[in-house]
Amino acid sequence: MNRNRKDIIIESLTGISVLLIIFIIVSILAITIKGGWPNLTWKFLSEFPRDGMTKGGIFPAIVGTAFMTLIMTIAAVPFGVITALYLAEYAKENSVFAKTIRFAVKTLAVVPSIIFGLFGLGFFIGFIGQNMDKIFNGGVLKWGQPSILWASLTMALLTLPVVIVSVEEAIRTIPVEMREASLALGATKWQTIKRVVLPGSVTGILTGTILAISRGAGEVAPILFTGAAYYLADLPHSLSDQFMSLGYHIYIMSTQSSNVDATLPIQFATTLVLLLLTFSLNAVAVVLRYRIRQKAK
Amino acid sequence: MNNSGEPGKISFATKKFRFSDWFAERFIKVVAFMSIAFVALIFIFVFREAFPVFRMDVIQKVGSENLVQERYGEEPLTPATANPVSGSDIKVSKPSSTLLARVWMPVSDNPRYGLIPLFLGTLKVTLIALLFAAPIAILAAIYTSMFAKPRIREVIKPVIELLAGFPSVVIGFFALMVLATVFQDIFGYASRLNSFVGGFAMSLAAIPVIYTITEDALTAVPKTYIEASLGLGASRRQTAFNVVLPAAAPGIFAAVILGLGRIFGETMIALMATGNAALTSINPFESVRTLSATIGAEMAEVVFGDTHYSVLFLIGSLLFIFTFILNAVSEFYFKNLVIRRYQSKK
Amino acid sequence: MENLKVRAINLSLFYGDNQALKNISLDIPEKRVTALIGPSGCGKSTFLRTLNRMNDLIDNVRIEGEVLIDGVNIYDRDIDVVNLRKKIGMIFQKSNPFAKSVYENIAFGPRINGITQKSRLDEIVEFSLKQAAIWDEMQGRLHNSALSLSGGQQQRICIARSLAVNPEIILMDEPASALDPISTGKIEELIHDLKQKYTIIIVTHNMQQAARTSDLTAFFYLGELVEINKTEIIFSNPGKKQTEDYISGRFG
Ligand SMILES: Nc1ncnc2c1ncn2[C@@H]1O[C@H](COP(=O)(O)OP(=O)(O)O)[C@@H](O)[C@H]1O
Ligand SMILES: [Mg+2]
Repeated sequence: MNRNRKDIIIESLTGISVLLIIFIIVSILAITIKGGWPNLTWKFLSEFPRDGMTKGGIFPAIVGTAFMTLIMTIAAVPFGVITALYLAEYAKENSVFAKTIRFAVKTLAVVPSIIFGLFGLGFFIGFIGQNMDKIFNGGVLKWGQPSILWASLTMALLTLPVVIVSVEEAIRTIPVEMREASLALGATKWQTIKRVVLPGSVTGILTGTILAISRGAGEVAPILFTGAAYYLADLPHSLSDQFMSLGYHIYIMSTQSSNVDATLPIQFATTLVLLLLTFSLNAVAVVLRYRIRQKAK
Repeated sequence: MNNSGEPGKISFATKKFRFSDWFAERFIKVVAFMSIAFVALIFIFVFREAFPVFRMDVIQKVGSENLVQERYGEEPLTPATANPVSGSDIKVSKPSSTLLARVWMPVSDNPRYGLIPLFLGTLKVTLIALLFAAPIAILAAIYTSMFAKPRIREVIKPVIELLAGFPSVVIGFFALMVLATVFQDIFGYASRLNSFVGGFAMSLAAIPVIYTITEDALTAVPKTYIEASLGLGASRRQTAFNVVLPAAAPGIFAAVILGLGRIFGETMIALMATGNAALTSINPFESVRTLSATIGAEMAEVVFGDTHYSVLFLIGSLLFIFTFILNAVSEFYFKNLVIRRYQSKK
Repeated sequence: MENLKVRAINLSLFYGDNQALKNISLDIPEKRVTALIGPSGCGKSTFLRTLNRMNDLIDNVRIEGEVLIDGVNIYDRDIDVVNLRKKIGMIFQKSNPFAKSVYENIAFGPRINGITQKSRLDEIVEFSLKQAAIWDEMQGRLHNSALSLSGGQQQRICIARSLAVNPEIILMDEPASALDPISTGKIEELIHDLKQKYTIIIVTHNMQQAARTSDLTAFFYLGELVEINKTEIIFSNPGKKQTEDYISGRFG
């Protein structure tokens, strides 16, 4: 064994890097829990903010986040599943079209989230919304302004690659023998997809959906100017209403509030709620994905 | 015979048209195409809103009449119209000529849209973040793929990837509440929020990106390389750094490039932890304002369609172009390089 | 002597640049068992898969020559591959039941052919399982997952599944290679029964199996058809030295 001092030092350095990362993860968790746990009561979760948002709960932010991710899911999941089907079942690996789609999906995955916000503002609100108002609403402002619909669709675009990647991975774990069995029985390609491939990728679709929800629930930049509201006295009633969101709430409470110190417990508790939400969703997704990969072996 | 239809009755001699298959294939293809369309639309609509910045300029150069653009009809806010007396003052009358100014002061009687402080700020934060993220993530990936026992590796990887699931607003909040104070206590600088705090916090967002891709690249290096090196009497450290690391270098570059993209597009952490003052200084402990944070902070307050609005979209366009190029580079250049390496050495 | 069911004429197949079948010409009679033997990698599976155009699924495959089934070239431009495959059942080397119940596995084919009536499906399931000689074992567990069955049972479920679409030809690619001797015996018995109604083409590397089950035997070597003849003749008095070497165990 020629393990000299240099080896030991450098190996330790790599180990220390791992420990450092884990230390940071644990610190964020511990500090958020410590700061947020005492305030995390049923009242906090179920009440509206009061007294200029210095007291009360975060109920509308929870509901707003839930609605937004729900609409986002309805838009992103079918799109993502179908695109994944194309990539896994129809596309020829070397075709330019398939490669371009892959590149586009990758681009969507790396474009900064604030750009999605700009796009939502320029396209959904400025173009689609304002034209809808002109055509259907006699020029009265309704759709041409920030709303939960536009924020959700913007977020759907951002989470689309998450769905596509998960679903495609799951589809590819379905053994080719299953497709062959179906085709050899005289099933058409679409029948094979409908009856063998899709039922076999349910777990993958679920994983992709959960990951997308987790991502969408936590992102703030895309909704900054496409629909998130500082404070609303009421829950959103229609798709054209604005909404409160957990992430945005954390941001404004910690940076824009008139009395940041007084609301510290609220900030920590809101952060804890968001962290628990995204964390548990991610944990479920990790377990599901692990099961898919085991099954593929 | 038994079942459905008589044998021999099914004819395969002529193609049968099956609508559901025909339709499904086309429909699926069209939906898949939408991904390309979305990228194109993002391109078009972000640029479309940015474009008037230059048009305002041209119009005023030619006639210096107070031409108001058709599309944004009611906004009388091009600087020349807002400030008609200063017709001789060239700096004021051309919004786009101030883009290279050293001052970012969009809301004033004499608005200046100098992007230089924003660029500098972004560069500074990105560098700091990368200086933390790249070494830590790469070293951690080396430990995971080269030195860790299989059972430990199974734990480390998902745990580190958990960090990728932290919303950036949570990391920003952590930086704002905890890191800023801790670092101020250690270094004793004046402004609590600055590019150092922001950069460090952003590195937390980039670490899982760089770590995951690097780890994959290291694991993809053929086992035979490692065995050959160890067989020649090299230590695991020597093997890791002299054999595996160079072999995986293209993948690691791609990882760093993607980490870079993650950092400078990051908005929430920048908004919450960098202090947001558009200063032109190279001191890491001064506040900065990044490009993306500028969009995030100011877009909600601008008037739809005015100069400031367009300049923010211009910044967005620059960010978009930059990530697009980074992605294209990592995708085409490095991927090909990885493939070529393994093929030639097989 | 018999009706001709399948005829290959100068059939060649390329996987990219690699030629896996070289100018194969052979005739396969109706309602007989034809065995394809030869060392591993000689192109038996590839040949079998050309008969129901399963190779269409693989990228970069090029095929030259013709395959006639009932006199129609299945590589003609106007062929309906889906209907072709309805006529031809296929049993794979590794049994591949769907992750569904036994019942749903058998009903898969009828369902895709548009049969939805429960009583009709019940009838077909029962009939197919009886034909595959596994009805007695399965009667009480039709709604158990097919994946919970033993390997031999799974393979017979796959046979029943392909019988349920009422094929004329059944292709079997080493159907018993992963099974124990008792299950293998059952499959061989089944093959014997099925040839009353179906044209069977079976790939096997087990020469006793070929001798026991088949009427004709074709010997493949390195992508070429060395010879095809009555099974008794191939095993007692082969025409080519290579065949003799192979069946006497000198290689392969
Ligand atoms: N999907 C494929 N792609 C490329 N080559 C293949 C493929 N399947 C089989 N081959 C090649 O074709 C030849 C014949 O294979 P196969 O028909 O499976 O032989 P057998 O069934 O007689 O063992 C082999 O050399 C094999 O490597
Ligand atoms: Mg074979």
